[in-house]
Amino acid sequence: MSFISPRVLSRLGVLGLNGRNRNYVARYNPRRAFPLVDNKLETKRILEAAGLATPALLFVVRHQFEVRDIGARLEGHASFCIKPAKGSGGKGIMVIERRSGDRFVKASGAELGIEQIKRHVSNALAGLYSLGGQPDAVIVEELIEFDPSFSGLSHEGVPDIRIVVFQGYPVMAMLRLATHASDGKANLHQGAVGVGLDLATGRAIRAVQYTRPIREHPDTGRSLDAISIDDWRNMLLLASRCYEPTGLGYLGADLVLDRSKGAQLLELNARPGLAIQVASGCGLLPRLRAIEARVAEHRESAEERVAFAVEAFAAQPHA
Amino acid sequence: MTDTRAVALWLLVTALLVLGGGIAWMRHVQMEIPLLPGEAKPVWLVEARVDFVATGGPVRISLDLPEELPGFRLFTEQAASPGYGFAIIEATDDRRGEWTRREATGPQTLYYTAQFIVEGDREPARVVGHPRPREVFFEEPEATAASELIGTALARSSTPESLTREMVRLLANPEIDQNAALLRAAGLGRAELLARLLNIAGVAAHVAQGLELEDARRRRPLTPLVEIPVDGYWRVFDPVSGRQGLPENMLLWHRGGTSLLDVEGGTQSQVSFSMLRQSVPALQLAQAQFGDSPLAAFGIAALPIEEQGLFKLLFLLPLGALVVAFMRIVVGIPTSGTFMPVLIALAFVQTSLGLGLVSFITVVAFGLLLRGYLSYLNLLLVARIATLVVIVILLISLLSIFGYRLGYSTGLTITFFPMVIIAWTIERMSILWEEEGPREVLVQGGGSLVVAVLAYVLMELRIVQHLSFNFPELNLVLLAGILVIGQYSGYRLSELRRFRDMRAFSQ
Repeated sequence: MSFISPRVLSRLGVLGLNGRNRNYVARYNPRRAFPLVDNKLETKRILEAAGLATPALLFVVRHQFEVRDIGARLEGHASFCIKPAKGSGGKGIMVIERRSGDRFVKASGAELGIEQIKRHVSNALAGLYSLGGQPDAVIVEELIEFDPSFSGLSHEGVPDIRIVVFQGYPVMAMLRLATHASDGKANLHQGAVGVGLDLATGRAIRAVQYTRPIREHPDTGRSLDAISIDDWRNMLLLASRCYEPTGLGYLGADLVLDRSKGAQLLELNARPGLAIQVASGCGLLPRLRAIEARVAEHRESAEERVAFAVEAFAAQPHA
Repeated sequence: MTDTRAVALWLLVTALLVLGGGIAWMRHVQMEIPLLPGEAKPVWLVEARVDFVATGGPVRISLDLPEELPGFRLFTEQAASPGYGFAIIEATDDRRGEWTRREATGPQTLYYTAQFIVEGDREPARVVGHPRPREVFFEEPEATAASELIGTALARSSTPESLTREMVRLLANPEIDQNAALLRAAGLGRAELLARLLNIAGVAAHVAQGLELEDARRRRPLTPLVEIPVDGYWRVFDPVSGRQGLPENMLLWHRGGTSLLDVEGGTQSQVSFSMLRQSVPALQLAQAQFGDSPLAAFGIAALPIEEQGLFKLLFLLPLGALVVAFMRIVVGIPTSGTFMPVLIALAFVQTSLGLGLVSFITVVAFGLLLRGYLSYLNLLLVARIATLVVIVILLISLLSIFGYRLGYSTGLTITFFPMVIIAWTIERMSILWEEEGPREVLVQGGGSLVVAVLAYVLMELRIVQHLSFNFPELNLVLLAGILVIGQYSGYRLSELRRFRDMRAFSQ
């Protein structure tokens, strides 16, 4: 067993779970704002109201009896994404890429019948994927068409970009790539690859899987060093503008890059994880403190905030 | 703002510590509830035996009983004498045991047994009111001898104590002092003689009877002593050696005033004492003695036994909660459900650890297997959990019957596991299995069990059970501990491992 000394950790400015919960989540995220982000339907509603780009909602299933008609309502939609409104950590998300006859083809290539989709929706409605098993609603939304620059970056799942936003300032970003080990999920602790991104440029700093540095995607073999996200400034802006409508001082914005529509917000997280620090190879604390000092003196628009972050948090080249 | 909040919190923590610790300490000091389990206190069991020959008519025996006992405290007392009525008659400054019987003939034996607790505090008895010297008369020539001896003693002393010492010294040497020889020849006994002389000299002395305590002695007489009032306290003197103060092992049985034993309707009466040194659990002593003290209101010993049993378990919960808070916040062990580990630990307390672990894991594992099948049946969530509850009950009863057949009646104790907890555990675990894979099931399930076992080990400590049951106010101290842990914003032990690869960036 090897451990890092707490003194070294704190010199690196690494934020721990207790510190995050007590000093950031509890202090900057008002409780009443949590339901907004814990419920994807609500999130979608406020994001749309604020004019922030998010995948279009096809329809919502709220009751078990509606499950019968799902086949008819899916008519005409070849690709879509089914999400439980209160699912957390990517639980219960089902991605259908295309149809093959009357079968539905998942991202992994597995084929499902309409019965299996109905069962999935019924489970989700009963609260299988929601916190505490509460009854849930199910969202069916348009599927993102990934920008070609992402091809080969993700096994099965969705490559998304997590940006931690503190009081409206983007502070750290990473690209999360699903792997075979993570079962198509973008959770780092399940084995997804985290690619730390330079906040100034959107270029990869380093990549890790299970906290260990890697250089290639373990499944596709694509090199991770050369990753560079297009439309980066827009992405930062989109993430940064989530602050006002939600009131969440400390949030994690999950974004994707759509081939035609550009940056899209997938979901927001009021308790973003800490693995981003490992992926980026630096701690959050110095940046969070810099923002706290900045906010004490300035009131800035989203553009100004992004400009400040790009300036202040550009990656320093290191060995 | 956060500063005032932090100050308020620390004030609260301090208040809780002071309150919890203070009440516990007060109850320890005042009610003598021991801080450690199994603490025993020495107790003297003294048996007074009255022998006499009844003359055939009504009998009334009255024995002086100890009332004020420097260095001792009466714990229990009882009288055993078949055929006799017994009552304790209390008058001011005097307690007497009275045996009565309409008719009795021949040799009779009466017993009075009492337990005395040894107390550290040996403050002498207080003088009540203003005792006046008795009028004492001697016949000639003793009267002259007495006044001469008193004159000599008075001339050589300045206080009642020194006067007493001088008199004892003079009386001790009849060879030198003729007056002493004459007085001692009168056959009064040294204590009575000394007391009379002191009364003539103006000191309100009386004779007291002390019992010298020695383990396993039988048929002991009382030792006569002389008490004189000085500055509001009765000072004890040994009339033979002149030693001042009560010897450590001396129990003052009879003090002044009335007679030690009155017998009506009997002859040849005699009192003798037997004694035994015993140990009594300090807790039992405390409960028996201070049951009606106002401080006892904080204890649960006043509740019916059934409720006490419940509280005995209930008061272990805060400790479990503290363990969970510590393990999750400071150590960072993942558990499934926040307080499930506490409930599992509580169940272990009732089942015993090994058996509890085996049956818990068996039932949960079986449940997981069955749940896999249920998910294939495509049931709604609530129905699935309900099905699980039923299956868990069947599993438990099967296990119990199986265990009973094998001769383990302890197999039955698994019913202590809260059914819903087991069902919910199975449900959560199987979702975890589907969502995050079997590894996460092992991590969280194992974490829960580790925390549960740790909480169990702490709860099983005798001292913990003793303290939590007898000092429920200590839960306030635990609460303070939880509040302190709740403020911890440093790294978890698990994070020191999770972020170990960050070392690369710390040149």
